[in-house]
Amino acid sequence: MNVLDITDLRIILPGSARPVVDGVGLTVAAGETVALVGESGSGKTLTSRSVLGLLPPGARAEGSIRVAGDDVVTMDSARLRALRTSTAAMIFQDPRAAINPLRRIGDFLTEGVVSNKTLKRATATARASELLRAVGVDEGALRRYPGQVSGGMLQRVMIAAALMGDPALLLADEPTTALDVTTQAEVIALLTRLRERFGTGMLFVTHDLDLAAAISDRVYVMYAGRIAETGPATELFARPGHPYTAGLLASTPRLDAPGRRLTAIDGRPPDLRTALTGCPFAPRCPSSTEICGERAPLPTAAPGRPDHRFACHHGRRLAEGSPADA
Amino acid sequence: MPEPVLEAVNLTRAFGAVRAVDGVSFTLPKGGSLGIVGESGSGKTTTARIVVGLEQADDGQILVDGRPRTARVRGRAARLARAREVQMVFQDPFLSLDPRLSVEAVLRETLRLHFPGADHAPRIRQLLDQVGLGTRAADALPRRLSGGQRQRVAIARALAVEPAVLVLDEAVAALDVSVQAQILNLLADIREQTSIGYLFITHDLAVVGCVTDDVIVMRRGAVVEAGATAEVLNAPRHPYTRLLLASVPRPGWNPGRIAAERRAL
Repeated sequence: MNVLDITDLRIILPGSARPVVDGVGLTVAAGETVALVGESGSGKTLTSRSVLGLLPPGARAEGSIRVAGDDVVTMDSARLRALRTSTAAMIFQDPRAAINPLRRIGDFLTEGVVSNKTLKRATATARASELLRAVGVDEGALRRYPGQVSGGMLQRVMIAAALMGDPALLLADEPTTALDVTTQAEVIALLTRLRERFGTGMLFVTHDLDLAAAISDRVYVMYAGRIAETGPATELFARPGHPYTAGLLASTPRLDAPGRRLTAIDGRPPDLRTALTGCPFAPRCPSSTEICGERAPLPTAAPGRPDHRFACHHGRRLAEGSPADA
Repeated sequence: MPEPVLEAVNLTRAFGAVRAVDGVSFTLPKGGSLGIVGESGSGKTTTARIVVGLEQADDGQILVDGRPRTARVRGRAARLARAREVQMVFQDPFLSLDPRLSVEAVLRETLRLHFPGADHAPRIRQLLDQVGLGTRAADALPRRLSGGQRQRVAIARALAVEPAVLVLDEAVAALDVSVQAQILNLLADIREQTSIGYLFITHDLAVVGCVTDDVIVMRRGAVVEAGATAEVLNAPRHPYTRLLLASVPRPGWNPGRIAAERRAL
């Protein structure tokens, strides 16, 4: 069963000429790790935040977002509150910005489940120390303040907090971007272990293609509010069907090919003040032809691989070619 | 080997009991590119700030073209001459530009300060052209520009005074990959056209592989490994360098083993 099922999601911000998120569909099954990859402004963060009903003021969501079967778009605030403390939880990018510095870590961990009356205070504290041990933090941290522990430590506290309500779905928004590489490896190892132990489904939002390839089962690539490409991680990175995915791979510096000049994608993403006709990537695309500027491409599957889909008029030709050497 | 344009000899800087920079030495040849990699707390940024002059070393020396770069200078002319030796590009182009000055005004101000009396229009056009900004961008205020364009402006401003050394402190870290590639290529082009030397501070090993000839790896204030970039990346000698390289995500990556190695080190 899918713990997250988004269909045809559109998010409209006041004052913009086009939806910030435009017809996005994605699923996360129980125990599955799914990466949502994109650059700034692609709509990936807004998509993940909309799952918890966390939209900016004035924003309107259309379509459906089902978390463990319940539609978030039509939920009232009481049910949203219950959803955020039990069914789904989010790990934010910067733990220092997301955790109240004036309250003890123990309070931060137990506040949600206690105020929601899911657990009694004593049971909640016991669970908090158990989870802290599970993420490799000494339970003495319960009495400390956020300013007294390191950033990597605090990110583990945030992960423990996300697991307090025993969620079916974890939303991780760039959870390791603010961390050093060696700390990142530790946090990822921890998330992988916890997923195996608790069977949680995870939507991992990141701008880092290599990280997405390394940890996820499936990947969605977003561009200008739309899903450009989706497929199994290994398949998508070895044989990208969308020129944007291929371009991203070619512009990423690689350790195994140092000193090589990068193939940059010229230009920049369309801004929100202009409406889009045709394919949003067409003005930057090396393969674009007349049709690309006229009609928006519909997602099509790669030949013989129904789970690898891309929204590109020329995608079939690209995917049938030899494996990308990028 | 060309003669060094920048030399750091035994730099030391302590903040209280913490030795942030502890006996760091390196040499940047004329027109060369040297990377300093390390994690937070390694002392790489403090080292860069000492080179630029934003921070004072407790001990040690910086030489530019063989002449000691004195920590404090007296007088306007000496201060400007000192600024022309080393220029810096910061991580966040959103914070390092004056929001009230157009791109052209930023460059004009810098040129007027350093080269008074001359007609600056041709040089401004040349600089904009060099960093790939059009005339439309020249009249824009920073808030009208994208992150990549702002970083181009910051680079143009630094180049305006024709420095011997450009210090880039995580200069591409805040950019999206597609834009980051444009800026990395731009930096490679500029180095080919001029004889400027780069001191490239970064946490990203793949970026170091792209833009530097030599690299030093710092940990807890000290240099743990130094050498040609290709050699250090292909055959790292120090266990910490090996750990850093293993930590970079890739298919078949085993974060659990890296975590165990990190605790062992």
